[in-house]
Amino acid sequence: MALETVRVSPGFQKFLPKEYQDLVENGPFTKERKVSELGSFKEILEEHPMCAGCAMTLFIRVALLALPSVENSVIIGTAGCGRLALSQAAIPFVYGNYGDTNAVASGLKRGLSVRFKDKPKDVIVMAGDGGLADIGFSAVMHSWFRKEKFTTVMLDNEVYGNTGGQESGMTQKGMVLKMAPNGKKFEKMDMIGLAKTSGVAYIARIAPTNPTRVATTIRKAVLIAREVGPTYIQAYTSCNIEYAIPTPKVMDDARMVEKDRYGFMEYFTDEAKAYWEKTEADRRKLKGPAEKAESQETK
Amino acid sequence: MSEGLGEEVKTNPQGDVITAAPAPTKEAKKGAAAQRVVDPDYLFLQAPREKTFITGSEAAKEAIRRANVDVAISYPITPQSETMQQVGYLYAEGYVKDYYRGEEEYGVMSAIAGASRSGVRCLSATAGPGLMRGLEVISSWPGGRLPAVLLIMCRVINAPLAIQPDNVELSYMLNTGCLLFHAENQQDFYDYSLAAFMIGEKPEVTLPVAVAVDGFFVTHARGWVSLPAADIKLPPRDCYHEAVPMMDNENPPIRISRDAPIQKSNFISYQMHASWQQEIWAAQERSRKWIDRWLGGLIEVVNPKAKIMIVASGSAVSQSREAVRQAAEQGLEVGLVKIKSVRPFPADEVRAALDHAEKIIVPEFNYVGWLAKEVKSTIRGSERVISGPRVFGGMSMPTELILEYIMGTPNRR
Ligand code: SF4
Repeated sequence: MALETVRVSPGFQKFLPKEYQDLVENGPFTKERKVSELGSFKEILEEHPMCAGCAMTLFIRVALLALPSVENSVIIGTAGCGRLALSQAAIPFVYGNYGDTNAVASGLKRGLSVRFKDKPKDVIVMAGDGGLADIGFSAVMHSWFRKEKFTTVMLDNEVYGNTGGQESGMTQKGMVLKMAPNGKKFEKMDMIGLAKTSGVAYIARIAPTNPTRVATTIRKAVLIAREVGPTYIQAYTSCNIEYAIPTPKVMDDARMVEKDRYGFMEYFTDEAKAYWEKTEADRRKLKGPAEKAESQETK
Repeated sequence: MSEGLGEEVKTNPQGDVITAAPAPTKEAKKGAAAQRVVDPDYLFLQAPREKTFITGSEAAKEAIRRANVDVAISYPITPQSETMQQVGYLYAEGYVKDYYRGEEEYGVMSAIAGASRSGVRCLSATAGPGLMRGLEVISSWPGGRLPAVLLIMCRVINAPLAIQPDNVELSYMLNTGCLLFHAENQQDFYDYSLAAFMIGEKPEVTLPVAVAVDGFFVTHARGWVSLPAADIKLPPRDCYHEAVPMMDNENPPIRISRDAPIQKSNFISYQMHASWQQEIWAAQERSRKWIDRWLGGLIEVVNPKAKIMIVASGSAVSQSREAVRQAAEQGLEVGLVKIKSVRPFPADEVRAALDHAEKIIVPEFNYVGWLAKEVKSTIRGSERVISGPRVFGGMSMPTELILEYIMGTPNRR
């Protein structure tokens, strides 16, 4: 997107909403924004009806800000809590049928590659554990097998939060939930293992406890997907309603789960690793020592 | 392959000759590169044509060769497989820019939704159970205002399992909001498929178009097809002139998403959804002038003054033409209304063509009689309609059966 398309013509200034003007003047369309700046400018995510204190919202907010090219990104989601926020972002959002995300993303990415040969257009799937590991499982796996060049982010709240708390394939074994009245009978699906087996170029497991790390991981995943192949981020984004986590304790829960079984983990294929190291080296050369220090800190 | 081995002809369990995929020749690649864009009017109506004797699948391939397709996504299902594999050859030769085999029909039809949203011209094809598997997604294309082309090579819907022709699947397509054309023969399949791209992409239409043909009877049989030269093609999709923005983020960062769900329970939401649905059907109506222009009308009428009229679509039209000829031999004038466009349904045209008729016969290749129902609900005096004869499950329709209905079978409803 050319910045010229976004800019407000002076003649129309007084007719456009203040929030649009703020978005264009101060938002991440014109400059790269840091997580620490969140709240100091008009961000791309508008008010949304998600539950107060939902960890997913924080994750989405940071993830959207971290996109390497907000103005050239398209998000794909599906039914679930996440899309309540995603559809309120100033980024085109595709909302299709349940379970179709990675198939839609495959067609969209290929179409955009045909149309925009010299301009990277990033496609990001952001959907829940039900949408990706259960009903959309086949589309996810096949997009990985086909090495489609887009990022898949699983907002893993380990439950069908939006439909009122049924078990999903990503729910932990033994959890008592609606449709699992005697406790879930099988283990949490190993989507990370499946991603490795499928040849996904970059995989990360993350909790929302460290927003700067969330931002770095998203950025990495999107850039690697652009050049190398599919990338996958599995993010613990607890459901405070179905798991009865008091709003002020959401981050305590995230820290506990992170320590217990959701520790930060990342994996690169050799090709992705080589590409990423080169990208970082080039970036450091270009941006100088200050930038270098920051990127070290976020590792 | 050695000369000696060439003598042994291998077939698959269905009896089709097995051939390896041919590597694209240099000549073929040059052909794709040399194609020039021409005006659709020229390609459809004026360009000199030559007759060739080809199968329905080959006719579809020739349409796609001239359609300037960006992305084609395929999945095998009998009797569609041959066409989409031939589209693969077109891709290898450079006539199609991207092509792949999707995971299954739900995935393929979803991917077409993604590709269409990106602004490219895209296409897939399916048949029978494959259509049913993809139908959830296909039904959401019109709401997404996604101009894509879907070829349907009709076949029985299971069970019991069969691969034979039967067009009951079209009854499920009637209410999706997709435009739906039903080709009689190989020539129609070529003409309708090519025009479908241009009609669906018109700014006032911006809708998907399904082009159906009866499997095997047409797809695997040869017929005469008049084709323009292969060195011309349609202009590319002009996506910024369509009814909705592309999902390419080339627009200002607006705060409404084109595909956001409308689900809050309030009057404005109901109103929005209702008007959006009405708009889809209104857009269908606006496609009429282009169908008139490029396909010569939504219907064709033979012997318009006859008191006994047959109404048919698809390959039932060919059987009906023969029945009309045989009736004439016996001194009886019978008329025929061929329905080319099932959606939009040519209600005014059908009413006018049947106003004078005393008896209306609707032969169909399906059990449910969806076309007879359409005709009955359209015309005045529906008791004039004899819903039949009908054959299904792959049976061919003897013209004698249609003649029997013409000559005196009592009105059966
Ligand atoms: S239901 Fe759960 S996941 Fe959904 S918004 Fe509320 S807290 Fe978040």
